[in-house]
Amino acid sequence: MQLPRPRGPVSERVFAEMVTPDPKAVALEPFARTHDVLADDDLQIALWALYELSFRGFEDVDADHEWSPGLLATRRVLEEAFEAALRDLTEDAVERASQEHGRTAEQVLAVIEDVDDPRLARYLQREATEEQYREFLVHRSIYHLKESDPHAWAIPRLDGGPKVALAELQYDEFGGGRPDRLHSTLFARALEGAGLDPSYGAYVDVVPALTLATNNAMSFFGLHRRLRGAIMGHLAAFESTSSLPCRRYSGGAARLGFDSRVNEYFDEHVEADAVHEQLAVRTICQQLVDQDPTLQRDVLLGASTCVRLDALASAQMLGAWHQGLSSLLGTPQEEVA
Amino acid sequence: MSDQRACQVEICPDGPALVRGADEVIDSSGRAHRTTRPVVAVCLCGRSQRAPWCDGTHKVVTAAAPPSSAVEARVG
Repeated sequence: MQLPRPRGPVSERVFAEMVTPDPKAVALEPFARTHDVLADDDLQIALWALYELSFRGFEDVDADHEWSPGLLATRRVLEEAFEAALRDLTEDAVERASQEHGRTAEQVLAVIEDVDDPRLARYLQREATEEQYREFLVHRSIYHLKESDPHAWAIPRLDGGPKVALAELQYDEFGGGRPDRLHSTLFARALEGAGLDPSYGAYVDVVPALTLATNNAMSFFGLHRRLRGAIMGHLAAFESTSSLPCRRYSGGAARLGFDSRVNEYFDEHVEADAVHEQLAVRTICQQLVDQDPTLQRDVLLGASTCVRLDALASAQMLGAWHQGLSSLLGTPQEEVA
Repeated sequence: MSDQRACQVEICPDGPALVRGADEVIDSSGRAHRTTRPVVAVCLCGRSQRAPWCDGTHKVVTAAAPPSSAVEARVG
């Protein structure tokens, strides 16, 4: 994969520095708290690319630049703004759940419910056009082609029951010993089945800031040991809000007559995620907070971030479609298919 | 799956049974469903559309909470 297209002055500067680090570069100015960080294309693509250095990297960036001090300093400025925005987004839900429920598992379920669901899954099941369904797959490709990778960062940071449960869950995500069952590979096959490009990063340039933000949240939580509670809370919310929507996505794919590889991906997730949600909520999150009560609010931060960012991204997608527009950036719909 | 491996059934409150180490699950009509997953979620609410596997439907139906307990058995 090559570096994506920059979307403004911040990403232009960051990408230039990725190719040729400048030891004399001056750190970015902090962003004002009033700034809409989650919807800022320039900031989100810069952060996405900085994180990508720790996943698959770019052909046009030296692998060693992952640890360039200048790039790490820039990432930190972006992360401070991003973390403040995520805390603002979730603060009320975290507070309510903490006050109204005693056990962590119940608190996690409460923040998962504490969201204005735009009903994207129902729309895809019953009404979406083929083009809209393909756009949905394009948005999801940014994460699903590295499915569960950001959550795997937590493994060496956990111990005992939560570590065992996370390993059990990840073993399934990573194919259960069979490379052809890697969930990211199943998704690549689904993309192919829908006539889309299955290669990693193929659609980064066309997804809007909110789609990148949903991915950046996982990378941010996953890469920081201090936020191990948040990445596990995110996992719990992700898995708990997967089985039922996946049934609808599968129904939508069948209604539109897509190749069976699309249904297969979502059908797999109906069954797999019914297991994963139990492991993630009841074993991982509950036991993690039992072991270390100081992680309680971070677990809820992660869970609420998952559902609320997803709701924002889904609402934006539906909003575009209801106006007869593409939910993707700068690319006519016919070029995507 | 080794014959020595413990098969474990864990009943999740208001949810499915997590079954570890099973090679097949026999449904109420006597039909055997093979699985290669190390852990499967078996429907307890009776409303799953992918029975015997849980598909999350219990969350949208009001079901009495099943007893919370875990039992262990040997396979093979």
